[in-house]
Amino acid sequence: MDRRTFLKSATGAGMAAATGGLAMPALAQSSSKTLRFVPQANLANFDPIWGTQYVVRNAAALVWDTLYGVDSKFQPQRQMVETEEMSSDGLTWTFKLRSGLKFHDGTPVTSKDVVASLVRWSARDPMGLMIRAIQVSLEPVDDLTWKWVLKEPYPKMLLALAKNNSPCTFIMPERIAKTDPFTQITEYVGSGPMKFLRSDWVPGAKAVFEKFADYKPRSEKADWLSGGKNIFVDRIEWVIMPDPATAAAALQNGEVDWWETPLADLVPVLKGHKDINVDIGDPLGNIGAFRMNHLFPPFNNLKVRQAVLTALNQEDYMRAVVGDDDKLWKSLPGFFTPGTPLYTEEGGDILKKRNVAEAKKLLAESGYKGEPVICVVAQDMAATKSMGDVTAELLKSIGMKVDFVATDWGTVGARRAQKTPPDQGGWSMFHTWHAGADCVNPASYTAIRANGDKAWFGWPNVPAVETEVTNWFKAKDLAEEKAVMGRLNKAAVENVVFAPTGFYLSYQAWRKNVTGVVSGPLPFFWDVKKA
Amino acid sequence: MLAFVVRRIVTTIPVMAFVALFVFSLLYVAPGDPAAIIAGDQASPADVERIRASLGLDRPYLVRFAEWSFRVIQGDLGTSIFTNLPVTQLIAQRIEPTLSLMVLTLIFAVVVAVPMGVVAAWKAGSWVDKAAMGFAVLGFSVPVFVVGYLLAYFFALKLDWLPVQGYTPFSQGFWPWLRNLILPAVTLGLVYIALIARITRATMLEVLQQDYVRTAQAKGVAQKDVLFLHSLKNAAVPIVTIIGIGIALLIGGAVVTESVFAIPGLGRLTVDAILRRDYPVIQGVVLMFSLVYVLVNLLIDLTYTLVDPRIRY
Repeated sequence: MDRRTFLKSATGAGMAAATGGLAMPALAQSSSKTLRFVPQANLANFDPIWGTQYVVRNAAALVWDTLYGVDSKFQPQRQMVETEEMSSDGLTWTFKLRSGLKFHDGTPVTSKDVVASLVRWSARDPMGLMIRAIQVSLEPVDDLTWKWVLKEPYPKMLLALAKNNSPCTFIMPERIAKTDPFTQITEYVGSGPMKFLRSDWVPGAKAVFEKFADYKPRSEKADWLSGGKNIFVDRIEWVIMPDPATAAAALQNGEVDWWETPLADLVPVLKGHKDINVDIGDPLGNIGAFRMNHLFPPFNNLKVRQAVLTALNQEDYMRAVVGDDDKLWKSLPGFFTPGTPLYTEEGGDILKKRNVAEAKKLLAESGYKGEPVICVVAQDMAATKSMGDVTAELLKSIGMKVDFVATDWGTVGARRAQKTPPDQGGWSMFHTWHAGADCVNPASYTAIRANGDKAWFGWPNVPAVETEVTNWFKAKDLAEEKAVMGRLNKAAVENVVFAPTGFYLSYQAWRKNVTGVVSGPLPFFWDVKKA
Repeated sequence: MLAFVVRRIVTTIPVMAFVALFVFSLLYVAPGDPAAIIAGDQASPADVERIRASLGLDRPYLVRFAEWSFRVIQGDLGTSIFTNLPVTQLIAQRIEPTLSLMVLTLIFAVVVAVPMGVVAAWKAGSWVDKAAMGFAVLGFSVPVFVVGYLLAYFFALKLDWLPVQGYTPFSQGFWPWLRNLILPAVTLGLVYIALIARITRATMLEVLQQDYVRTAQAKGVAQKDVLFLHSLKNAAVPIVTIIGIGIALLIGGAVVTESVFAIPGLGRLTVDAILRRDYPVIQGVVLMFSLVYVLVNLLIDLTYTLVDPRIRY
């Protein structure tokens, strides 16, 4: 081939390609039945039991169905289950599946699949572990029925099977569910309304879900994780966008349809756009927090912890995190999610008003010897960075010495597990946040636990808190639960299990040709339509 | 020549071995724990420990390094801790977008920068020269992400000519592929235009002082031939060198550009892996980049022989 022939061929190929000659059918997928969604984070793995990140749970809720689902009133409702029966002594639960349920490979969902899924789930979930501890047996009775026999009653059984906290009771085929709970599954055969297209998955870039034609939705109206999960699009594409400004531009340009968590700074631009709706995303929001290390000075001293809490002004934190939009935050004189049935402020007065003079007095009484506070702050998370800066000033304002360690979240994750003294690679304080959905009651609220070595990082040891947690699990009605929650909140504040920095919300934004988007603890795709 | 190429390829082996040892050791001592990230905030320390054990992260350094090295020699870069997908597959998924971005950027940069540098040298001191060098200073000074946002704002949001983000594979058509890459390539290319234009200008200024150039001009050779045939050819070695260095630098520059334009390339894969402490992916990508650097250097050395017949290996 000489030079001229080559150039002619190359130009010819280029023209053919430019005019669509090389176009593939994939381009046709950009029809209106494809919903493009920008999730809160990258879907880096897809095993909702092995990895408990919220983004994994959110994607898993499309692919795997659950036995029960909580509704917007926090009540467990039947989902895959047709009926359940508890024996009069509360020790035996008999469940029956709805008939005709199918996995994505066409095989029927049976009680064997459910039992295997529950075994795997209960090895990783805090409530599942509690049930395991009192379990006598868990076995199938027939194709659709299974029985769970316990040594003692567990009144929160249905809540455990319905809750939206990670990990949820996602039902997988037995062969997949038999995977060790600490090892990642390699097959994604679901029981939910959408199929996961593994071949189209590019971790860090996109994940694709396709409507499962044989899914059998319930007849009730969808309400959060409960009711009929009717899907009105053929395909949902999750487009991962690490840069918020790009996501905002893509939404304005119509390249994506729905953005789960717009950055607060960009919301005014989106609100001003004629084709975009903006509303609160998750009404259960987040609770900002910093945790103090109860094992070592200075925070092994209750008076020092109380001094810090007394000097804390939640408004400072919340404005640093969400800016000047007052719709997005609330003071939180306690530890539980506002607007939920068990919310309480009992014992939370110390958090209502900042009192620096009192804080200094408490610090003086504590005998604080000027030990540096190793304040570990992840700079790659906007919320932790903002809160860390406020805390550093707070500590200095009452006369504490601060050793500010600016690092990334990956490092915080490893360092906070260290039980060595702060000056030997340990830590005194780190910042985090808790999803409000986890903080509606003590069931999945690991951070509120104060059982010493077994507690979450910081390892608080407050028997009064643990007593009330146990009482809550045993409570038989709402009134009893509320009374317990009041005492629990009071004990947790008095002993400063951790420091809540306020309650904050975030927006979600979507194109106006998309309807059916609701506020919820996770993005619900059922009933969402695209014109 | 062949002996030179073989010798250079053989010397790559110890370089790669050193890189492998260095990267593995660096990650071993770096803070952070993928098991804690996988387990999530609700997990107990015992759960985290069990995940760490299941990933083999609790085993001694030497055992882990030996196993990894053995696999790498066999062409197996391991499996991502998070995605459970082979690292080679993850890299393969990301190579096309990054390669496309780099090639397009380089073509754009060279096509604009070399003539700009030549003309600037020819018109040294004039307003053309000042404008070209002013543009070069701007290219160096304005951060890539600022340029990216500005271009996206005007050409995507305001004019609606081009998409804001994403990547369309070449297999889906030339124009869809090009559409997605124009803004990122221009964004990333500005720095390289600045770099290559300045080097071209400086080298050309030196060459234009040579006697043979004066002779050519005295003989009445057309100015464009003097510039592009007689002078540029003799200024090519430093220009080729800087283009080669540019290719290496592009890998770093692509990280920001890929994030701004949501291109699923190797840059983003690397950053995501670092933030999550996905050790096999980091090790695999760094090894691959090292190999690319070594090969680019080899390619530059070979290109010298094409542009300067005096150079022989």
